Amino acid sequence: MEQVLSTISLRAICPEIIVAAFGLGILLMQSAKSRWMKDYFGYVSLIGVLAAIVMVVKGPASFDMKAVEYSFNNMWVVDNYARFFKVIFLLGTGLTILISMKYLSDESMMHGEYFALVLFATLGMMVMASGAELITIFLGIELMSLSLYALAGFTRTRLASNEAALKYFLLGSFATGFLLYGIALIYGSTGTTDINAISKFIHTASLQQSPMIIIGMGLLVVGFGFKTAAAPFHMWTPDVYEGAPAPITAFMSAGPKAAAFAAFARVFLEALPTLQTEWTAVIWVMAALTMSIGNIIALVQTNIKRMLAYSSIAHAGYVLVAFLAAGELGVSSIMYYMLAYTFMNLGAFAIITVMAGKGEERVHIDDYKGLGYKYPFAGVAMSLFLFSLAGIPPTGGFMGKFYIFQAAINEGYIGLAIIGVLNSVVSVYYYLRVTVAMYFQSPSSTTQGSDAPALVFSPALLLAIVVAAYGVLSLGLFPAKYVALVKQSSLLLQ
Amino acid sequence: MMTSPDFPILSVITFLPLLGVLAICLIDGKRHSLIRWVAFLVAVATFIISLPLYFRFDASTWQMQFVEQHPWITQFGVSYHMGIDGISMLLVVLTTFLSALAILSTWSAVSESVKGYMASLLLLETGMLGVFCALDFVLFYVFWEVMLIPMYFIIGIWGGPRRIYAAVKFFIYTMSGSVLMLVAILVLYFLNYKATGVMTFDILTYYKLGLPANVQFWLFLAFFLAFAIKVPMFPFHTWLPDAHVEAPTAGSVILAGVLLKMGTYGFLRFSLPIFPEATVQFIPMILCLSVIGIIYGALVSLAQEDVKKLVAYSSVSHLGYCMLGMFALNAEGLKGSIIQMINHGLSTGALFMIVGMLYERRHTRLISEYGGILKVMPILGGLFLLVCFSSMGVPGLNGFVGELLILIGAFKASLGYGLLATIGLILGAIYLLWMYKRVMYGEITKEENRSLKDMTGREFAYLLPIIVFIVWIGVSPKPFLDKMDASVTNLLQVVNHQSTQADSRNRIGVDMKLAEVNNEQFAADQRR
Repeated sequence: MEQVLSTISLRAICPEIIVAAFGLGILLMQSAKSRWMKDYFGYVSLIGVLAAIVMVVKGPASFDMKAVEYSFNNMWVVDNYARFFKVIFLLGTGLTILISMKYLSDESMMHGEYFALVLFATLGMMVMASGAELITIFLGIELMSLSLYALAGFTRTRLASNEAALKYFLLGSFATGFLLYGIALIYGSTGTTDINAISKFIHTASLQQSPMIIIGMGLLVVGFGFKTAAAPFHMWTPDVYEGAPAPITAFMSAGPKAAAFAAFARVFLEALPTLQTEWTAVIWVMAALTMSIGNIIALVQTNIKRMLAYSSIAHAGYVLVAFLAAGELGVSSIMYYMLAYTFMNLGAFAIITVMAGKGEERVHIDDYKGLGYKYPFAGVAMSLFLFSLAGIPPTGGFMGKFYIFQAAINEGYIGLAIIGVLNSVVSVYYYLRVTVAMYFQSPSSTTQGSDAPALVFSPALLLAIVVAAYGVLSLGLFPAKYVALVKQSSLLLQ
Repeated sequence: MMTSPDFPILSVITFLPLLGVLAICLIDGKRHSLIRWVAFLVAVATFIISLPLYFRFDASTWQMQFVEQHPWITQFGVSYHMGIDGISMLLVVLTTFLSALAILSTWSAVSESVKGYMASLLLLETGMLGVFCALDFVLFYVFWEVMLIPMYFIIGIWGGPRRIYAAVKFFIYTMSGSVLMLVAILVLYFLNYKATGVMTFDILTYYKLGLPANVQFWLFLAFFLAFAIKVPMFPFHTWLPDAHVEAPTAGSVILAGVLLKMGTYGFLRFSLPIFPEATVQFIPMILCLSVIGIIYGALVSLAQEDVKKLVAYSSVSHLGYCMLGMFALNAEGLKGSIIQMINHGLSTGALFMIVGMLYERRHTRLISEYGGILKVMPILGGLFLLVCFSSMGVPGLNGFVGELLILIGAFKASLGYGLLATIGLILGAIYLLWMYKRVMYGEITKEENRSLKDMTGREFAYLLPIIVFIVWIGVSPKPFLDKMDASVTNLLQVVNHQSTQADSRNRIGVDMKLAEVNNEQFAADQRR
């Protein structure tokens, strides 16, 4: 007991405390029943997110410290790897909040619970990034997932939203079962859930070939595969992404995916590195499948949310390529890519949210006909995000892919790199379809024609788009400082 | 200031058009003529600033000139490295020259969303100049891909009836070639790291890297695909007619004049010096494809009923000559190939401009819709004939110089291909003159054609500079050829030296084993 107390370190969880406090605070504000507060939920939670970012970057446990800090009896770790991912999550959350405010008031859904749930989900992700022990990571996953299940069904009057929530919940809890079973098997054979201790035990007891460990590892792959939406565990993604409220789809596609990869990489590269030969083949196939399935099925989608759902599957595939490459280059390229992906995907979803309008009526690619002429700013920004998703320079998406394939080729995965780049050619086609609609086709009367309702860009939304565009361009044009950061942050994970 | 050796002239000309884009973005979209003037003046300014590249170019050395180098992504060894030699200098000047004229040529042809159009043209210019100046693989690749975006929009927004199909096809076709090149670049990067321990994407350092023959083979193939699609060489040419026919006039001028040269330039800058053995290995295949391209392009041109399509297919034929001369791998062939790139840019650019003029008057490009119009538009007819002569290689004009040198080179390399290429020359004369006859001579059969106006002052203004160069290069090619002399000689030396060196290594047979040992060593280093 003494020892536990001695390793409690509040400063190590300071950003998490802030996020949790703001989430709870908003719940209290909600129950205060004064109507005027309603309009401020978003801003309050935004302040919380900003404070947490400041705390991660400049606070007592900031980037300057190169050391790894373990606390809470080795359950919690603060290293640059965790810090970097936390910044990604918080950025994603901040952008989501900016996108959400207008959407919620349009849908008459401005409730405090929404923001509280978003903050709790973020808290879950942060726990996942900092968890140094399987149960802690699992708690983070659960906190994130439960909040997301509720958020997916938040627009409760829309049938699709309810469907999304139910599907997500049923399949998600099923996948959680796999994860937990995997953890149990690994605990059963090593007697610990501590990541470093697992690695040591497997090494000293030569358990590399133990069937129990290998089965446990396989179950973990299933669980994490589900959370990252990697094929063949991706089936839930299209329906959930399509049905969930647009800002929540944006949220889900960035932060939680990054969090799942953060935990996935930490568990596999820190706890199970000695089993690398065992999981290499599995991940290779998963990466190839995920990229190909995501991109090929996205080709035939007409609903833009569904299309981006498949595209997000494909992007998980690219990240798996980096995951496979492991090493310093591989891990740092995952971090770089997830940062770029957060900016470009949330940027695209910001515009999708505006376009969708009340009741999400305009979510078909045909609805984008003529958008580029009527709203030049939205058109240019959307094109930028789509070109970035397609991996065309000079955008962050290109540099991210460049980084990932560099890592893959460095480790000799030339075949996978070729599959990857060919996939990105396939993906160009469906991203281009949106630009074709925006610029090359004339609007029909129901979409962008004269009797279509005008789009309203609230200042918060504009801010989100500008921030995302800035991120995409600066990651693409001046990558040096980001590369330095991710390289330094990934050093500890080897 | 501009004469000082520190003046970053290449960056200035590359990014000046980009500044123009920003300026245009600030102008109200309805002020069309202001936008046109700004775009044109920016392009002219770029051209004027690029002139010192020609006049101050030191022809006695093969070294890169006007070099600029700054760190960009130091962790990967990527730098912002620009420079030109005798191979790229003329292409850079050609680009600035044609871009300005292309902007002038669509003054009246495009009247919708002029703002976006002019911005796209200028952005395209930045991309193209960057490709020719970049001396770093990543920088090169970025420009190479960036240039796709404006071209895609130019074809897709301001193009003809099948513009969407053509634009998407253009984009995807080009990109599928270039992504494999990206993989090859990365593989090269790690092979170089393995051999030297230095992480760098600097193109020039790769000239000294002697790769094992079988590695060269695969890497050459990946680069080949990217460049062959761009050129386009025979089986990869199918995007070209679509893109050309649907693109607006300025798009076609730039596409034919400059974009296609990126492919041939790529071969000269990368494939030949970095993969000399593979180059030698691939000579038979490439010569064969080039000759097929020459004859096939000419035959298909012969069958066209649409003037623009005819000119488009003639490009396939002409670029075949460029490839033939290049892979003859001798000084005559290479020089002919480079000068032919310039010539093709000038004469085909002019042909597309003239087709654009006809189209603006009649809104059709079918040969059968014309006939006898020489009587109503004698000036245009006369210049049209001159440009056709240039394109088919009549002595005294620029086309002759290039084709003669290429044929000399080809005959030196292989008698059979030389003879076949000569047939292409005859076919070229046939399709161009036959087309000219049907459009210009005879009786006027269509009533609409009687009232066609001859060239306007503006049209004359953008055609004349090209005509001047067509005659100039034709009459006195020596100054132009001298500029590339040193670079071509050096390139041949690099290729010959490396391939002979490799021969001796292969005879001993330790080459591959050494590479394997290095491989393992490298992997071990990485793991540590």
